Amino acid sequence: MKRIYLDHAATTPVAPEVLEAMLPYYTEFWGNPSSIHSFGRQASEGMDEAREQLAKLLHASPKEIYFTSGGTEADNLAIWGTALAKESKGKHIITSAIEHHAVSHTLEALAKRGWAVTTLPVDGTGLVDPEAVRAAIRPDTVLVTIMHANNEVGTVEPIAEIGAVCRAAKVWFHTDAVQTVGHIPTRVDDLNVDMLSLSGHKLYGPKGIGALFIRRGVRITPLLYGGGHERGMRSGTENVPGMVGLGRAAELAMAEMAGEATRQAALRDRLMDGLVERIPDSFTTGDREHRLPNNASIIVKYIEGEAQLLRLDAAGIAASSGSACTSGSLDPSHVLLAMGIPIEFAHGSLRFSLGRGTTDAEIDHVLDTLPGIVEILRAMSPFRPGAVFDMTKGHEH
Amino acid sequence: MKYSEKVMEHFASPHNVGELPDANGVGTVGNPVCGDIMKMYIKVEDGVIVDAKFQTFGCGAAIATSSISTDMIKGKPIQEALQLTNKAVAEALGGLPAVKMHCSVLAEEAVRSAIDDYYKRTTGKGLAEQPHMVTCEFTVGNE
Repeated sequence: MKRIYLDHAATTPVAPEVLEAMLPYYTEFWGNPSSIHSFGRQASEGMDEAREQLAKLLHASPKEIYFTSGGTEADNLAIWGTALAKESKGKHIITSAIEHHAVSHTLEALAKRGWAVTTLPVDGTGLVDPEAVRAAIRPDTVLVTIMHANNEVGTVEPIAEIGAVCRAAKVWFHTDAVQTVGHIPTRVDDLNVDMLSLSGHKLYGPKGIGALFIRRGVRITPLLYGGGHERGMRSGTENVPGMVGLGRAAELAMAEMAGEATRQAALRDRLMDGLVERIPDSFTTGDREHRLPNNASIIVKYIEGEAQLLRLDAAGIAASSGSACTSGSLDPSHVLLAMGIPIEFAHGSLRFSLGRGTTDAEIDHVLDTLPGIVEILRAMSPFRPGAVFDMTKGHEH
Repeated sequence: MKYSEKVMEHFASPHNVGELPDANGVGTVGNPVCGDIMKMYIKVEDGVIVDAKFQTFGCGAAIATSSISTDMIKGKPIQEALQLTNKAVAEALGGLPAVKMHCSVLAEEAVRSAIDDYYKRTTGKGLAEQPHMVTCEFTVGNE
């Protein structure tokens, strides 16, 4: 059975060109970039080139790129680094209700240490209102952190507008751009951001590498101390092969982005529209206009997401869900709930995230397969339109 | 997270799915907000559960525990079916991931709920009011 991978928002395969660029940095140029000798210099050159390639994608200066171990570390560095640098000025941070846990759980940790965190709501499609950001800014606000695009429902936030609000108020603005870098334009000057997090493995680069863009003049406090790598911002011997891979991935993305975004967006729309047309009692989630080109997300009412995923997997289709059962927690996706989707339907969410390898035939296969799966699970389920259940007696978790 | 082969077997081809029109005991536990609902149907003759079926809204583990628990009570005297524990259900499935143990609890509850309904229908009194009936306090042993 040929398998169909539609979970690119979780991770992407390493592009062959990326692997090819990386390999010599394991076998030949394995020196420590800090060393003075030729081994060190070779590694150092690879690292410098990678930093330039990534800077080019963001239209930033290479000096504004700080490599990290991934998106989570980049988010933590931006938030903790700002908190440590600014705590004498103020202890208030603004965020949205649909952030990735790398941001929201970091802010919860700060809140436990006495920081005030304002969590802005989103509308039914997952959009944050820039005016709400303006209204939430206080004299002691030191950071606004709002994701560029949501990983579950694909909504792209009005980052440039929010950035303009922050700039006018002289408040630093960070965005988690893990889902967007390499997929849609992420020029830091167009986005009006002071900091931007990204991750290698979401754009056909390797895992274990990411970066934080920090605008010149924005001085945050480092979290890792040691040999003073990354210009003192992130000590630790560099993951040179990872950096080289991310650099090459950035270069590839720049070449392919426009064409791929158009191609994938057409497949995405065909998938979303086709599924809700074929499956009664289903609807799409997220904003249809301001949307990642590769994210198709829907909710199928009256059945549960994990059960759908397992049956899809058995049919060779890999997707994901925001249902409680797949999140490892007991509640369904905080993103869907923040968008006002009833909890009983949030359990039935599905996300298909497309990629470079996704074909028309694969989309057809999903369109042909899922309706049958839904029918089987619905036939098994006592949860039907109009069915009444005792909501007061939940089972103990 | 990985399910055992037995769980996947019961999820992919669940036993005893559907309604039981001549059931004389029906119990529903869970609710859509929690993300799991189990509706259990039993047909009791001379104190023996001669048939059992289920309908379930929920994840793979919820469907698998429903399937195996109906297997485990079919053909059993009520007294024996009442001894079914969530642990036994989980063990029969070759174990459940920790976050899924509550599904086995739900299966145990569903069986008791169906039996409770059978007693209410036939004697006018529920399980708790039956004489000489062992009714263990329901304990949730998960996570």
